[in-house]
Amino acid sequence: MSVLVYTESEQGAFKKTALEVASYAKAIANELGTTVTALAINANDTNALGAYGTDKVLNVKNTQLDAFNANAYAEVIKQAAESEGAKVIVVSSSADSKYLAPLLAVGLNAGYVSNVVEVPSNTNPFIVKRSAFTNKAFERTQINTEVKIVGVSNNSFGLVESAGSASAEDFTPSIPDLGITVESVDKATDKVTIADAEIVVSAGRGLKGPENWGMIEELADVLGAATACSKPVSDLGWRPHSEHVGQTGKPVASNLYIAIGISGAIQHLAGINASKVKVVINTDTEAPFFKAADYGVVGDAFQVVPELIEKLKAFKAQQ
Amino acid sequence: MKILVCISHVPDTTSKINFTEGDTKFDTNGVQFVINPNDEFGLTRAMWFKEKQGANVTVVNVGGAETEPTLRKALAIGADAAIRVNTPAVDGFSVAKQLANVVKDGAYDLVIAGRESIDYNGGMVPGVLAGLLQANFVTNCISLEIDGVSVKATREIDGGKESVTTTLPLVIGGQKGLVEESDLRIPNMRGIMMARKKPLTVVEPIDTDVETTSVSFEKPAPKGAVTLVSSDNLDELVSLLHNEAKVI
Ligand SMILES: Cc1cc2nc3c(=O)[nH]c(=O)nc-3n(C[C@H](O)[C@H](O)[C@H](O)COP(=O)(O)OP(=O)(O)OC[C@H]3O[C@@H](n4cnc5c(N)ncnc54)[C@H](O)[C@@H]3O)c2cc1C
Repeated sequence: MSVLVYTESEQGAFKKTALEVASYAKAIANELGTTVTALAINANDTNALGAYGTDKVLNVKNTQLDAFNANAYAEVIKQAAESEGAKVIVVSSSADSKYLAPLLAVGLNAGYVSNVVEVPSNTNPFIVKRSAFTNKAFERTQINTEVKIVGVSNNSFGLVESAGSASAEDFTPSIPDLGITVESVDKATDKVTIADAEIVVSAGRGLKGPENWGMIEELADVLGAATACSKPVSDLGWRPHSEHVGQTGKPVASNLYIAIGISGAIQHLAGINASKVKVVINTDTEAPFFKAADYGVVGDAFQVVPELIEKLKAFKAQQ
Repeated sequence: MKILVCISHVPDTTSKINFTEGDTKFDTNGVQFVINPNDEFGLTRAMWFKEKQGANVTVVNVGGAETEPTLRKALAIGADAAIRVNTPAVDGFSVAKQLANVVKDGAYDLVIAGRESIDYNGGMVPGVLAGLLQANFVTNCISLEIDGVSVKATREIDGGKESVTTTLPLVIGGQKGLVEESDLRIPNMRGIMMARKKPLTVVEPIDTDVETTSVSFEKPAPKGAVTLVSSDNLDELVSLLHNEAKVI
């Protein structure tokens, strides 16, 4: 009956979102009066989960699962859910979790709701609040099935520590046909991703050309931030597509979003609105981004950004 | 190769989002509907398979008669035939179930859907469909090549991309990258005329469960006014971000 949470790891270490979904699972378990079981696949050390409310960890070690495979991972989570008799399963909104969740839903005959931003307002009937219309609205959705899958929106719940420790148990699932073979992965391992970043530094067409991104990367470095861009910037090939954020790009739900030389078109804002604090730097006082931002600087990015980098370096040095 | 492209009929990206009937229904008043952008990238890739590899392309939508202009637009872009499953799209699961029935009936080799629709953002239709069909599945797909039954695809992952190989039958969750923005096609007069003569078949739905029900909607709380900081006082910005917003 416990709540099952899939805690994702990368190269053996839990992702930040894993601790967030564990915290979320704990909050649901409290409402339901039950415990939390986490499923970890090829994680090195599962102790960290105890501090976020996990009571028990099912530990899967299997080299067939070294590369992510949605089918196989969904099947492993399904077997764990069945063995625990879990009626509520919690996953994150990472690219991988969003990939596997619908397959898991079919496997368990479970209703799945993505982009959930709060703990259920009611557990009988089971109603969750999710973002919809690319952050232009929230929807309350009722899950009617006996088994329920909740996909938690990144950075919506946060990390909630609770004193405790988790017991660990080996879990040996059977692995299905993979169906898909991973040939290669192309990923910058030294950079924080837009999905995991607490701060995102984003720049638009106002930067005039790709040669001017040095200062954007430097600002991101100083802040430990991920870099992002508006759609035309990726369409023009100034930056990789993986940096394109907005309604048709990646969603952003960071704590701080800094928009430089971005006008703030509705499609851009829709995708980044879930960020908690927004800063705009733009020469044009009429740019729509000023209506969406918390803090704004009217000014030339080529002057403001280098100066801001210096100020931030000085600030960081003091900390 | 028989390709089925799933077309979601969604409000244009500039639409004002409002609700009616006590905040339980999306207010379609004054809203312009378009092909879901993620689906349009997939449809355009399907056109490439049609022109270069002789594929046959059918588009499908689960929805009421009001979605037909969107299907006609897909026909004008170049699809060969359209199917509308005559039932409102109430949840991702039931839509996928209707689509699975269409796929089985038509024996399609490749199904291209969008990674998510830009209205409800459920992101579950392609995955549930793949699960129901027991077909291979690649979502967030940014490149797709097919040779016989062999497939090479690329998936966008957090912070990068992943290249995979697999085989037909396959379901794709597509997005920008499958083709570029500049590859998208605006239907021309000839396409629009031809679209009128192409078959748009209305099929009746099968029975299905509804796993999730939309209860109500709300809009985010209005935001306070922006705090402007002078460009020659950036220390203040740093201080506000640290002391007030507490984000650095
Ligand atoms: C279906 C559809 C989907 C879309 N999806 C997305 C999406 O997902 N993401 C997205 O971003 N866009 C999207 N768009 C595009 C969107 O409408 C805008 O065209 C785009 O966001 C504008 O990008 P931008 O702000 O970089 O460029 P612009 O609108 O050209 O703005 C550049 C800004 O830079 C400022 N500027 C110029 N010089 C300087 C300087 N020296 N210093 C400081 N500021 C300066 C200007 O004042 C201006 O405000 C979509 C459009 C459509 C139709």
